[in-house]
Parts: sequence; structure tokens; C-alpha cells
Amino acid sequence: MNQPVLAVEDLRVRLRTPRGPADVVNGLSYTVGAGETVAVVGESGSGKSVSVLALLGLLPARVATVTGTARLQGEDLLAMSPDRLREVRGPGAGMVFQDPMTSLNPVLTIGRQLVEGIRAHGDVSKPAARARAADLLREVGLPDPDRALDRYPHELSGGMRQRVVIAIALSNSPSLLIADEATTALDVTVQAQIIDLVEKLQDEHGTGVIWITHDLGVVAGIADRVLVMYGGRCVEDGTVDDVLERPAHPYTRGLLGSLPDLAAPVGPDGEVPELTAVPGLPPPPTDLPPGCVFWPRCPVRSDPRCEDEQPPLAIVSRAAAGAGATASGTTVSGATPSGAHEGDRAHLPHRAATWCAEGTSGTGSPAVAGTSGTGSPSGGAR
Amino acid sequence: MSIQPTPGPPPYQEPDDARRPETPEEPPGGSPQRETQSGPPSLRPARPRWRETLSLLAHNPTAAIASLVLLFIVIVAVFDDTFASEGANDISVDERLQSPSWAHPFGTDDLGRDILSRVILGASVSLKVGFFAVGFALVAGTLIGLLAGYYGKWVDDVLMRFMDMLFAFPAVLLAIAVLAVRGPGSGNTALAIGIVYTPIFARVTRASVLGVREEVYVRASRSVGASDWRLLTRHILPNAAPPIIVQTSISLAFAVLAEAALSFLGLGTQPPNPSWGLMLAEGRGYIELAWWLAFFPGMAIFLTVLCFNLLGDGLRDALDPRQRTLMAGGGK
Amino acid sequence: MTDDVLVSARGLEVHFPVGGGGLRGRAGGLLRAVDGVDLDILRGETLGLVGESGCGKSTLGNALLRLVPPTGGTVTFDGTDVTSLDRRGLKEMRRRAGMVFQDPFASLDPRRTVAQTVSEPLEVHGLRSGKRERAGRVGELLELVGLDPAVAGRYPHEFSGGQRQRVGLARALAGEPDLLVCDEAIASLDVSVQAQVLNLLRRLQRQLGLTLLFISHDLSAVRHISDRIAVMYLGRVVEIGPAAAVGSDPQMPYTQALLSAVPVPHPAQERARRRIVLTGDVPSPSAVPSGCRFRTRCPYVFEPCDDVDPALQPAGAPGQLAACHLHGVVGTPVTKTPEGVTAEPSSR
Repeated sequence: MNQPVLAVEDLRVRLRTPRGPADVVNGLSYTVGAGETVAVVGESGSGKSVSVLALLGLLPARVATVTGTARLQGEDLLAMSPDRLREVRGPGAGMVFQDPMTSLNPVLTIGRQLVEGIRAHGDVSKPAARARAADLLREVGLPDPDRALDRYPHELSGGMRQRVVIAIALSNSPSLLIADEATTALDVTVQAQIIDLVEKLQDEHGTGVIWITHDLGVVAGIADRVLVMYGGRCVEDGTVDDVLERPAHPYTRGLLGSLPDLAAPVGPDGEVPELTAVPGLPPPPTDLPPGCVFWPRCPVRSDPRCEDEQPPLAIVSRAAAGAGATASGTTVSGATPSGAHEGDRAHLPHRAATWCAEGTSGTGSPAVAGTSGTGSPSGGAR
Repeated sequence: MSIQPTPGPPPYQEPDDARRPETPEEPPGGSPQRETQSGPPSLRPARPRWRETLSLLAHNPTAAIASLVLLFIVIVAVFDDTFASEGANDISVDERLQSPSWAHPFGTDDLGRDILSRVILGASVSLKVGFFAVGFALVAGTLIGLLAGYYGKWVDDVLMRFMDMLFAFPAVLLAIAVLAVRGPGSGNTALAIGIVYTPIFARVTRASVLGVREEVYVRASRSVGASDWRLLTRHILPNAAPPIIVQTSISLAFAVLAEAALSFLGLGTQPPNPSWGLMLAEGRGYIELAWWLAFFPGMAIFLTVLCFNLLGDGLRDALDPRQRTLMAGGGK
Repeated sequence: MTDDVLVSARGLEVHFPVGGGGLRGRAGGLLRAVDGVDLDILRGETLGLVGESGCGKSTLGNALLRLVPPTGGTVTFDGTDVTSLDRRGLKEMRRRAGMVFQDPFASLDPRRTVAQTVSEPLEVHGLRSGKRERAGRVGELLELVGLDPAVAGRYPHEFSGGQRQRVGLARALAGEPDLLVCDEAIASLDVSVQAQVLNLLRRLQRQLGLTLLFISHDLSAVRHISDRIAVMYLGRVVEIGPAAAVGSDPQMPYTQALLSAVPVPHPAQERARRRIVLTGDVPSPSAVPSGCRFRTRCPYVFEPCDDVDPALQPAGAPGQLAACHLHGVVGTPVTKTPEGVTAEPSSR
């Protein structure tokens, strides 16, 4: 296996807040290979955005303490000098944020902003940089790129602005692209365009992509691997098929159960069933529960250790592709594991930080199918 | 069809999800503990807003000290008769221009009057003028700004153009004009300053109302049928108030200065009644001979203005909703 | 009109003047936020109103309650004309129609407690006399939406988004309304909290026999909660019909594209899916294309699309209507202004 573009190990971020220290990220490890898309999924406050801002040194040093290692092509981002980090940000890693309006400077033309980025990281003449900028805009599918260079951000639609932001992020051919809720503010039809664009560019350039989102539908379409974050931890990771079709962690299952199904919403009785919502709220990072981070909201709680001890991230099942779908007995229906993609990714482990994964062996706890119906007092029982 | 949760069946039932009663989403370790309470819940807030503001203000040392000093000045002004020695306006030729001493801590003036007593009496006059002036400007300006900002269109045009006209006059000139018509004296001085300051309050209020008017919660109240009057008094004014409150404390400072300036010009308080501005004017001629004549009234003006300004800054911070949230989360 | 219809809009228009004005006094354009909408909301149903940002769905929701004044057309609420109501009639209409807004952080007055917010409709309409009765009713309402009545004395900033949205819901229900309009009510909530609120809305709708207008850009949520779905594009309802029909067999090319773009959390389906990727952007509502307003992006555009503004016509399942010439050219011919030539409607 060739060297990953990015290897993050034991990333921890602690922020100083007026309410006391907040452990926003607690020991996150993952890798992103060339041409691979890793989706980081979580709700607000799960630490998903902070974890990538920390990688690029974009958190204010005054309030944030970042530990761990993050090797971008072998070089540790977290141990870098600020000057070196600035050099790396363009050609090493590009970033696309949620709101394309605020990530562009409203008083500069699109062309100026692109040319600036290109010339900051290479000795390029102005006309050459301008030509390259037009090429980039053409590549991201902006109609009439030469004229677009002289336009201001407010003259473009949201989708077009996000294309420009992507063009800027790609202007120095980075080996890693980080998209933080990059399509959340866009309409679905425009979101589809942007996703197609990123996939196309990724194929052409072999860029590694970290795609941060809360939208599991987007994840299903774009990701190779998924990392589910909750309370600053990775609670489950694995291939996109493993995690979405055979979720092991009660939180992942709850998240999937919370989604209305567009394709087949009607139950056997002809009625649209209730969504299996996760009760309660994510814990504030200033006040994480002592045991499993999900314990206060968990409908399963099948192991006495859950209350006081954080379960480690452990491999759920290697043979998940074959047996998992039926053994786990989850609510996800209509899953047809795709053979083409299973083959080359079967070696990726499917891990979950829980003792409550039904059908898993080695934890010693009995399978708990059914307990979700009775075993859960209200989320705020303590 | 109507909503009748009680009496009868419990308010909500979950036929197939009864196992997990929909608990209010309490943050597991979050701040507000659930109170158990019998009977209907109180409609009154658990902790009144003004008390929260006060406690926030108390956490700001500068503002707290400023408030205490102002409180002291106000008490002195209210009980001026008790604090000042009798006959502060009586001329005593024997004791002219005496430097500060135990008998006269602030010295005496050119007519032998005790400056400490006159500063105390002056506090009463200066503050009275300040409060009346700002009170007038506050009521008139807020009303005008509220109507202009809320109704917009021609109401806004008419009212605000009139305010612009007032605003365009040099302030002192306008005050002089008012005093020329109505004659000098502290009451008229207050009125003159009040008229001068009205456009400021109108503008601050209008700007604030324009922002609040578009808030979703105002639309939400309208959607349940609330009248204009209700929207204005229950939602818009309270939420538009913080800048107005801050403007009030800063204007008080300027009103005290303005009174001093007008008295200095001989248009405000008339001798022999003391006001700080008047004393400053009278002491000016003796500045080389007897510095204390101008110094102590000057200090009184300086201190009062400074404290009002500091209080204004403190209020600005304390009334900022973001501050509140931080305090509410971390303070308990 | 049958008496099954609670709210009915006919040719409803909300146009805003844009640009212009100012010192130069030049004539500005017209932003056609809602541009000729015919819509019936049946008593007791949940009607989902979907569309992308800027399509006018929120403006339509607001215009139905006259929170935005319509500039043309009519709205009737339970048989009475909303557009011509006097102050008293409007107030009563607003008691009978509650609204829940998108942003739970902006829709509650930060300076008023939960109890004050929820009891406002009670005070405004004099529904409960006396503080005690009102407090009791507030407690009931909070319980109804799944909140502890003991939170009544708290301020909005002490609550999470989901809890605030429940408070907003309690306020909307306080007047015992017939109609509840939810304007993107779950859009700013986390996924797991969205599900809680969706479940709550469905339960309340059944329990109280409410008529629900659920406005959202989220097709999956709309499909989940609605009996019927109306799809908006550029200020117009372009398709409407039973949820199952619109959700699985849309008849209007725009609805088809919209549905095909919604990502679903199943990797296999996502890999296999063939999206209809629309080219270009939605035209500005101040420059609506003539004829069919979708023709600039439509993959099936043909000749009558330029000339005839399509009307809703039966297509697909019973009760399903689509505004598309593929089902027969029906609609208003475009008036060619320079020559004054009027194109003939090709069929009818």
C-alpha cells in the first residue's frame, strides 16, 4: 500500500471557553489515500470542523491546544513553523468552506483573488497567472471564464461562487482537498453539480479529499470511507457500505433512522412509519459524560461498563460484507452491497467504539436485539 | 376541532413509541436543572432581566466604581441642604479668596463664599438640568424614532426630516435661540438642552427599531394576531432599548457639560445661584490668583462626565445579549 | 369550491419592487416572488410545499396569512376572503392559523420568557382570562409539544435549537388554530433533532386534526410528512399531487430533476443512480422567462414552451397536476408585445 496523503494520529484539541476547557476533539486517527474521499460525519458540536481547522493551524493559538501528529505527505503539520505551514496550505492542502460568499473577498474581482493565490506559491508572471486562472475557471465549469475573471463575487450565483472557491482551492494542485460543509448552503440540484465536479477533478488529479458534512445522503454518493464523529470522538469508521448499510454503533444507527426515506417511505401497513429519532441532544464539549460519550442518549446500554468507561474503537466484523446485513438486524432495508466496490476495499476494517453492536463477537455481552424497545429510560434519567 | 389536552386523556400519546417518552432535550450535564414544581408554572421569569444586567454591571469594576461615584454625587445633590453649610450665597468680604483650609476645604471665592458648599449646591442644579434635559430628549426622541422606524414611509420622512433640521443647527445656537425666546434660568436651560438632544435620541431609536422591526420574532408575534401597539411596546421597544440606554448615560454627561457651557455664557443658571458651569465662568478671572475657584467646579464636572461615560460603556457591554449568554452558561 | 378546502389561493401574486427608486428616480424592476399561484389546501391534510431557495415558497406561506401583502389574486380562508379582511377579521384569521418559522434562534423574543411567548396569543385573543388560567394553559401547551412545564420561566437562550422550535410550536398552537404553517421549520436543526420534530408534528397533526402546510426544501422530509406535495419553481406551483405519486412518478421535468438530485444514504443506490443534472442556474425572479418558466433549463424543451405559459393540467396519477406541455399544450399564450400579435393556443 502506498503512502497516504494525510495520516492523522491521536489528534486532540482543547479549547479555552468562558465555560471552562472544552475537549472538542479527543484522540482522532485516520488516513486519507491519494484519490480517496474520506467523509467525516457528525452533528453540530461533534468536533468535525474543528478537527480539520486544527490540521491547518487555523485555530487561534490563544484558545486552542492541539496535540497529536498529522503527516501530510510525511511532514507533520502540527509541528510545523507558521511560515512553513503557510507555504503548505496552498499546494499541500486546499480548503472549501460552507459559505462561498464569506470565503471570497467581496471587493476584489474573481480574477484578482485567483491570480493572488497562484502567484503566492510560485514564481509566475501576471499574464501567465491570469491565463492559468481562466483555465481553472473553465475546469470548474464556469461559463465564459475570461469574462468571469473581471467579475465580483456578488455578480455570481451561490453555485458559481462555490465553483470559484473550488478553483481557488485547486489553483496550486494540492494533494489534499478539505471540503467543510461545502454544499450545505446550496440547493440540491446545484449540490449535485458541485459533487460531480469534485469527483471529476479528483479522478483527474488524484487528490485526496476530506469531505465534512452532516448529510448522510451526500456521504453515500461521494465517500470511499466514512468516519462518524460524536462528542469529539470517532465512534465508527469503515467503508461507506459498511458504515451506512451495516452500522454498528447505536449513534450511527440512530442517525440513519432519523432520516426520512425518500425511496420507500411507506411501511407494510400502508402507513408512513415514525422516524426512530435519537432522543436528547449531543453533550456540550465542556461537559462530556464520564463513560461512553453516547451513553446519555443511547437506547441500547447493553453493557454495564458503558456508564463509566469509553469503549475503544474495535473491529466490528471482517466478514461484514457477507453476514453483517442480516446479523445486525438493523432497520436499513433495500441494501444491495455492490460487488464492484466491495472487492478492493474489503481489507479496510470496520470499527466502532461501542459494546452495544448487536451481532458482534468478543465483547462478551449478550446480543441485545429488542432491548432498544424497553431498556431506555428517558435520556435525562441521571 | 379544538385543542383540548386536559381534561381527558394525557396531552400526548405515542401509540408505537411510548417506550421513549419524548423528554425535553435536556443537555445531559447542561446548565438549567429541572425544577419540580406543583401547580401551574409562573409566568414570571425565574430571574428578572434587570437583575441580570445589574449583576453583569457589578462584574465590570470600572462601571461599578463609576456607578458608586455617581450614586454619591446624586445623594449629595438630593440632600444638598444637609451637606452644604447655610448661607452659601451670602457674601462675606472678610473671607475673600481664601485658599483651601480646614474651615473651607475647597477655599472661598471672590465674594468670600464657601466653594465646597457652592459645589454641592451646584451639583443639585447641574444634575437637575441634566436629568430634565435628557429626560425630555429621551421621551420625545424615543417616541419620534419609534414611530418613524416602525411605520416608515411618509411618517419616517416627515419626522426625520424635521429632526435633521433641528440637528443641522449648531447646538449652542439652538439653545441660545430657545433661551432668547423663553428667558434664562435653569428650567429653560433644561428645555433648551432637551430640544437640542431630541434628534440624537430619535436617530438612535430609529436605527435600532429598523433592525428589530425585521426580526423574525416580531413577524412571529404578528402572525399570532398581535396589534401594532403590542408589537411596539412588548417586543420592539424592549429589544431596541440597549443603545437608547447607553445613549442616555452618555447624553447625561454632555448635558452637564452643556449646562456648564450655557451658564458660562451667562444664559443658564443666574447668579447668585451656583451651578458648576457658572462657578467655572466666575473663577476664570482669578485663575492665576486663586486656582481653586475654577479647579473644584471643573473637577466636579470632569468626574461626573467621566462616570456617566464609564457607566455608558459598562451598560453597552452588559446589555449585549452575547455577554448574557456567556454569563448565563458559565455563571451558574 | 367544496367545503373540504380550508385555504384556497387563486392567481396569487406577490411582487416586490427592486432597484430603482433613490435619487435618480428611475423605474426599478419587479421581483416576482409569487407569480400566479393556484393552490387549495384541504381540511385536515398535510400539504408539503417544496422548491429550491428563491422559488417563493416562503413568501407564498406568508402571503396566505397576509403576513406579506399579496399584490394580486385572492386567498380565501375557510370561505372568507383574506385579502379584504378588516383588522378584526385579520386578527381572528391569525388566531386560526399558526406559523412556525425557520430559525429557532431568531423567532423567539430574547427578552421574553417561554411563558410570556407562549401566552401571547392567549392574551391577544383573550382566550383565557386571568393569569392563573393562562399559566395553566401555557403548561398544557408546553406538555403538548414535549417540554417540561417547569421551563416556562426560562429565557430562549437557555434552550437548544430543537427545544426552541418546540416553544415556537407551542406558541403557534396556543390559539387553537385550524391551520399550521411550518416554514422550513426543521431546516436549521441537527439531523437527529429534525426527526424528533418531524415525529412531533405528525403526532400533533393527527391528535389535533390540524391542517398542515409544511414548507421545506428537503424533499425527503416533505415526502415523509405530507399527504400531498406541491412543487414550486420561480414563483409558480408547477406540480401538485398525492405524495406517493409526486414522490415516485413526477410528471414535470423539474420535479424529476429535483427528485433525482436528492442524495439518499445508501451507497449502492447512490453509485447506481443517474442524476438528471440541470444545466445553469435558476433565472432571477425579476427576469422570469416568457412562456414556460422552466424552459431555460428543461432537457425536453420544445417549440410551444416559448410561446405558451403552461397551466396545471391532469397528468399521471389521479389528482396529480403538472404544468408542462409534454402532457398537452394548455395555458396562456404569450403576448408578443412589439407587434401586438397573440399566439394561438395550440390546443384546448
